Amino acid sequence: MNDLTRQSAAVLADAIASKEVTAVEVAQAHLDRIAAVDGKVHAFLHVTTDSALEQARAVDAKVAAGTPLGALAGVPLGLKDVLAMKGEPTTAGSRILEGWRPPYDSTVVARLRAADIVILGKTNMDEFAMGSSTEHSAYGPTHNPWDLDRIPGGSGGGSAAALAAFEAPLAIGTDTGGSIRQPASVTGTVGVKPTYGGVSRYGQIALASSLDQPGPCARSVLDTALLHAAIAGHDPRDSTSINAAVPDVVAAAKKADVRGMRIGVVTELMGEGYQSGVSQRYSESLDILRELGAEIVEVSCPHFEYALGAYYLILPSEASSNLARFDGMRYGLRAGDDGKNSVEQVMAITREAGFGPEVKRRIMLGTYALSSGYYDAYYGQAQKVRTLITRDFNAAFEKADVLVSPTAPTTAFKLGEKLDDPLAMYLNDVATIPVNLAGIGAMSLPIGLAPEDGLPVGMQIMAPAMADDRLYLAGGALEAALIDKWGHLLIEEAPSL
Amino acid sequence: MSTQNMTNGEVDVYLDYDEAISGYDPVIGLETHVELGTKSKMWCGCSTNFGADSNTQVCPVCLGLPGSMPVVNRAAVESTIRIGLALNCTIADWCRFARKNYFYPDMPKDYQISQYDEPLCFDGYLDVTVETPDGPQVVRVEIERVHMEEDTGKLTHAGGATGRIHGADYSLVDYNRAGIPLIEIVTKPVTGTGRLAPEVARAYVTELRNVIIALGVSDARMEEGSMRCDVNLSIAKPGAEWGTRSETKNVNSLRSVERAVRSEIERQASVLNNGGRIIQETRHFHEDTGRSTSGRSKEQAEDYRYFPEPDLVPVAPSREWVEELRATMPEMPAVKRARLQAEWNINEFELQSLANAGAIELVEATIAAGVDSAAARKWWTGELLRVANDTGVELESLSVTPDDIKQVEALIAAGSLNDKLARQVFDGLINGEGTVDEVVTKRGLAVVSDDGALLAAIDEALAAAPDVAEKIKSGKIQAAGAIVGAVMKTTRGQADAAKVRTLLLERLGVSE
Amino acid sequence: MTSITRPEVAHLARLARLDLAPEELDHYAEQLDVILQSVARISEVAADDIPPMSHPIPMVNVFRDDVVTPGITREEALGAAPAAEDDRFRVPRILDEE
Ligand SMILES: [Zn+2]
Repeated sequence: MNDLTRQSAAVLADAIASKEVTAVEVAQAHLDRIAAVDGKVHAFLHVTTDSALEQARAVDAKVAAGTPLGALAGVPLGLKDVLAMKGEPTTAGSRILEGWRPPYDSTVVARLRAADIVILGKTNMDEFAMGSSTEHSAYGPTHNPWDLDRIPGGSGGGSAAALAAFEAPLAIGTDTGGSIRQPASVTGTVGVKPTYGGVSRYGQIALASSLDQPGPCARSVLDTALLHAAIAGHDPRDSTSINAAVPDVVAAAKKADVRGMRIGVVTELMGEGYQSGVSQRYSESLDILRELGAEIVEVSCPHFEYALGAYYLILPSEASSNLARFDGMRYGLRAGDDGKNSVEQVMAITREAGFGPEVKRRIMLGTYALSSGYYDAYYGQAQKVRTLITRDFNAAFEKADVLVSPTAPTTAFKLGEKLDDPLAMYLNDVATIPVNLAGIGAMSLPIGLAPEDGLPVGMQIMAPAMADDRLYLAGGALEAALIDKWGHLLIEEAPSL
Repeated sequence: MSTQNMTNGEVDVYLDYDEAISGYDPVIGLETHVELGTKSKMWCGCSTNFGADSNTQVCPVCLGLPGSMPVVNRAAVESTIRIGLALNCTIADWCRFARKNYFYPDMPKDYQISQYDEPLCFDGYLDVTVETPDGPQVVRVEIERVHMEEDTGKLTHAGGATGRIHGADYSLVDYNRAGIPLIEIVTKPVTGTGRLAPEVARAYVTELRNVIIALGVSDARMEEGSMRCDVNLSIAKPGAEWGTRSETKNVNSLRSVERAVRSEIERQASVLNNGGRIIQETRHFHEDTGRSTSGRSKEQAEDYRYFPEPDLVPVAPSREWVEELRATMPEMPAVKRARLQAEWNINEFELQSLANAGAIELVEATIAAGVDSAAARKWWTGELLRVANDTGVELESLSVTPDDIKQVEALIAAGSLNDKLARQVFDGLINGEGTVDEVVTKRGLAVVSDDGALLAAIDEALAAAPDVAEKIKSGKIQAAGAIVGAVMKTTRGQADAAKVRTLLLERLGVSE
Repeated sequence: MTSITRPEVAHLARLARLDLAPEELDHYAEQLDVILQSVARISEVAADDIPPMSHPIPMVNVFRDDVVTPGITREEALGAAPAAEDDRFRVPRILDEE
């Protein structure tokens, strides 16, 4: 088999199961690729070489013994550093957790192990998943493989860049306001934010608990579906986990059919504020979907204009509470403990030293929004806006089976360009945030390169809660049509590094 | 009287209680925390056993490790609902948990999961009885809310001289207790109790404890901290608006509840009479002095930034579930007390003695085994309680069962044991000498009823005391006691004293 | 919605246990103001009769049975502690009386 790093997860799984290649060969090829290119990309914070090869050997032993294999046995994966993995560094991109090795596995990791997926390492991210560029990582930014001077999106820029740099065929992301979808959009890869509660959050270091959702990332719709199926499903350790059967996303990805499907174009998520190349590719994709037999309808979601405001109150509020535990008492960094400082001072010095500027900014904002006297005007009002946005979605899903929009208003911007302008940075998530507020599922998939800069553009597909299979039905159909048009996946056009 | 340190509400000398209460009406409020006796913690499967080695009953959830998430213990919710029902509360049909945000090293997440404006149970009451010079008086204490939350870890202060928090060099934390289910029961302000306020407070906490124990939801041991009480108190001139309240913490016994209320009334009256003002603050009660000292000032009210806990979904008890739980409710202590007084024909004081001895259940079981109620009470609160007190064990831990008492009573009724011998039987049982029959046999405990043996003993005693014999013959029958006593001694108590007396008088030809 | 003052920012920093430098206080006062003004638009939505939404997927009564399950060892618990002593987590002195 030619270059193992350029194969899909589905192909690799088949090749390993049929003894065409060994899992160790596949793992080693990817470790070699990481060694060769990650100096430029910096997708990984920590490469778990030993445990990866050990896992791969275990898979090969199972293959040799004829033991039943997990669905993606031997396929390598990059794990966002926000998910706890027993005994391996887990920092969430923050100094405050430098050196911390969890004594337990997150449910996502437990399920990856059960599927015999080989975890290559922990991928870079904005600190505590706060950001849209991975520039807020305490360990330095990740570079977009399409243009190393540009951002790979965020917060899960490491996972998306690892896919685009062919360092791994699969990756895990987490999405609080677009942290799976926006990186997918700007790196020409696929990412899905499942319905809230579809994938367990147990072991995901929380940013905003009512918005966070882990999800699958890959280079194709089918690979994404295979990973989705491996990690989804009810978990008694997560009280918000949905106790119902997971929709058959793999079957949907294989069926890949939009004939008769009503696809709603959200009028508020297009036009002004969107880069021309983004709008152009988006409108071409709508034409393709129509040609494939879908019915394109326009829907209006009037309250989406308040989504960004509500999000930037709810997220910091919950984050200010979730991040309180990083106080230097039980794990992680402790600073200022000179024997004289009080516990209150040591906590404050530790947090000042351990958190980056964006984290501190959001903690301050959230602390303010929850303060007595401001709660009703800020947090309380934001939660009402959340209800209105959900109602907008419900009304739209009366008219359409899925909704679509561009994933991000622009293609990848330059590193440093928006670092000092939080509001401009926040605008990257304008199209992805409503999905998290309502708790529904959404996918981003590549729909071409913007003519003006030659960088990938993504389309977002949104489905009602617990109907994640529709994402794959529509995304799979569009991807197949685009492969017909281009002769290959868009990612094949990425620079070789 | 010194007015030193008036600004923070301290005075050196307090008015005495009569003087203090004569000018003011107190308003009290009680917040009681009860650790539930569930097997596992509130959000995780860690054990709640008391006294385990430090940090051995912990997991990612109760240590607040990054990524961990809570899941509610169903038994804790059920216990809370049962407490709510016992306190005549309305059970919410929908309520949420909330995060109470504040930093403290005994709290692993630096927020406590609690309930805020949506408690599981609310608007109830508990009737308590206090003794007054005019007889018992019933006071209805209204319950504001009963809500669920979690306990914190345990701090030990190290270094420095005192082992107390002040002056300590550092502290050590054991998180075994962190995450144990905690129920907070909050009263509405209790007004109109006047000088009885301390007794009402104590009676309320006592009765609440009785209810909790009757429900079996907690052992409610104040000395071990599984039940803790905070006292809110303000005073005002009669008819005036309520004054500023203080909150006294660290009230760790029933007696302290009463003392803390009394002391705080004395302190506030002293401050006000001195022209000072009461500040809103947290105070700490000290068992040794019976006084409290000022803690944190609440003038800069803490800002706990409550918001609905996003990691937990709402609790919405169905009416069917609540009714199922209602069906499991035991007889409430007040109802039971009234019933027992009537059934056993005893007064409140006698019942209280039985309760204080921890004997009520034992007496009930003994009566159920077929023993007369007076005899059952006599043994448990007499000989057996004496032994328990002497040896420092609980009554129920003595190796004497209700069935043992039934057997002993049967032997007494048959005339083969008397009370004195019965005490020896119990002594044997407690020493582990076997069953009632085995103790009787081994110790040779049986009433001597053979007339010949008794007559021989009587003759012997008469021969040894001819002067006494003459006195009796001459009609001084009261002198018979000395001979009977001598016979009892030679038979080592195993004779029936009444029978000895009858035989003696017959022997001497004297009639009563 | 009023603009946020420097003393307010200092108070927030204390609540949040952040030992911000003086220049950070100024910086955050300015930035929070800008952000708050931009999010303040949500108050335009008249929503008196709209229920607030705390959980995206409506669910109730998710419980676990009262069963003891294994936790982690003391060594694992204390292994990551910045300071430990006598099988417990060692923390700096506590000023606040509680
Ligand atoms: Zn635990």
